Amino acid sequence: MITPPPVNWLSLLPGLILTVTGLLILFWDLWMKPEERRLLAWLGFIGFVAAGIVSVLLWGRNESAFNGMLALDAYALFFNVIFCVVGAMTILMSVHYLETVEIQPGEYYALLLFATVGMVVMAAATDLIVIFLGLETMSIAVYVLAGMWIRRLQSSEAALKYFLLGAFASGFFLYGIALLYGATGSVQLDKIATAATTGGVSSLFLVGIALLIVGFGFKVAAAPFHVWTPDVYEGAPTTVTAFMAVGVKAAAFAAFARVFLHTFGSLHAEWEGILWVLAVLTMTVGNITALVQRNIKRMLAYSSIAHAGYLLIAMVAGRDLGGAALLYYLVAYGVMTLGAFGVVLAVGRQGEPNEEVSDYIGLGLRYPVLGAAMTVFMLSLTGVPPLVGFTGKFYIFSAAVQAGYIWLAVLGVLNSVISAYYYIRVVVNMYMYEEGGKTIEALSARPALVTAILLAAVATVFMGVFPSASISLAKESFLPPG
Amino acid sequence: MDHVTFFALALPLIVVATMVVVHPSPVYSALFLVMTLFLLAVYFLFLDAHMVAALQIIVYAGAIMVLFLFVIMLLNLQTEPREQQRRGLRRAALIGGGILVLELFLLLRRLPTGDTPEQALPAGFGTVQALSERLFTDFLLPFEITSILLLVAMVGAVVLAKRQG
Repeated sequence: MITPPPVNWLSLLPGLILTVTGLLILFWDLWMKPEERRLLAWLGFIGFVAAGIVSVLLWGRNESAFNGMLALDAYALFFNVIFCVVGAMTILMSVHYLETVEIQPGEYYALLLFATVGMVVMAAATDLIVIFLGLETMSIAVYVLAGMWIRRLQSSEAALKYFLLGAFASGFFLYGIALLYGATGSVQLDKIATAATTGGVSSLFLVGIALLIVGFGFKVAAAPFHVWTPDVYEGAPTTVTAFMAVGVKAAAFAAFARVFLHTFGSLHAEWEGILWVLAVLTMTVGNITALVQRNIKRMLAYSSIAHAGYLLIAMVAGRDLGGAALLYYLVAYGVMTLGAFGVVLAVGRQGEPNEEVSDYIGLGLRYPVLGAAMTVFMLSLTGVPPLVGFTGKFYIFSAAVQAGYIWLAVLGVLNSVISAYYYIRVVVNMYMYEEGGKTIEALSARPALVTAILLAAVATVFMGVFPSASISLAKESFLPPG
Repeated sequence: MDHVTFFALALPLIVVATMVVVHPSPVYSALFLVMTLFLLAVYFLFLDAHMVAALQIIVYAGAIMVLFLFVIMLLNLQTEPREQQRRGLRRAALIGGGILVLELFLLLRRLPTGDTPEQALPAGFGTVQALSERLFTDFLLPFEITSILLLVAMVGAVVLAKRQG
């Protein structure tokens, strides 16, 4: 007879709420009339909001559950809130969009929730096996989401490319776990950390760390593991692209930072060199390639690569400062990127996605609110004060300088200057020209989408002007290493 | 595991494994691969790894081989006389196999001579019961997350496959 171990239900609660909502959507979809399907979106929305609220209510707890496999700490809860907000925003943007691209809503929302379950698991996991399972749950759901746009051939291409390369990256990741297990005799993060500080570091251990970097580097789209990103971001349904660019990246960084800044914190000298090179390469490749993009989704894909580079600077800086800057910048990057993709959605029509940068010519003059929102997002992504993108970059670069990585900060600033060219070009297109582009017909009212864009715009401005509350929250959430 | 049983298993294993590569018909090759996997499972049994032996048969000889056969029959591959391709393959196989033999040789030279003393295994090592007990106690959480993972994979497969409907 097997006696089941004690179950810490509280540590599971946010993930459980999302799972149950996903299952409800799957089942309800079967009995639903096609015209009522919009209700599914609101059920999913409620699920995300409920899980987010529960995460806020659990704030302040610091527990370890399931024999040290799962943590219920501020770090996990902070990311839970990010994932739930990203999920809820994605639903707001999807309500109308799904009808224009003819995607089955039932499975779409269910997979969105299950992907978020994977993210929640990744952020809370303190065991490499659990991290891997969370990673796979998230990834498989997103592979499918990327391929759900049936009418668009690139969507299938995106799903296949993402799947094949993702499976390859998972192989690297698993191999890394196996080597770390071989070197330390455990897959639990705290035991690996103890083995690293007491037993010394074998070459097996170092190879394991390097393979983990490859696996995480793929998921956060860091160069040179980024080649899938533009094709997948361009081909996938735009709402899924937004979800990937923000949610998947945040989840990957959540696990990446927990493993590297906490568990391998004492080995900082061993891996900082690799991440230094990755950070510079990622920023530069992302920004330089973004300069020549004509498609706005591809441009935002390269921009997301570049931002992964800035986030890697925070990882290299390490310690409390780098960790807090990382969390803060993830929030900043999240709101401005979600908003930018929201505008891309608003400009698209049925059968006419309007995804070229030239399609934005004159847009700001005809649709002042939309234009103003896009201007805010583009300027924030560039890093113009007083928007949130500026404060985020400021914290990252100052963390790097304080940790002694002056050159890294300098290269980061230079990259931000390069990025201004392609971000500002969108703004210039919107206001400086009147003729030459397509005349996009009047945007039909989509209250949910407009709400999402405005929320993102307000957050971008507000958190930029009053950064202290969110930065102190990020500091509180990032546990001291060791 | 004494020498007699070892070689009684090893010989047919090598023969069958060779047939996988040599046989001209892909269907026969696949069936020989099933036999190879079965014989490997017997080795696992002798090494007290009951669970691995069972998984070997269920997952590899069962599920994955069915997939192989499906693909072969879907593609309707008959005997393929494409000599050109074969020659390239043969060269690659020779190089790969040569490296492997070299590695084995180097490894064998470093082995201590004489029989190593057998070590006693903990009670219940490798049995299905021991493994399932760990699975439902220490690894309960990963086990349950895997169930969500499989559900996602299933839903995803259906969504992508029924797209024409």
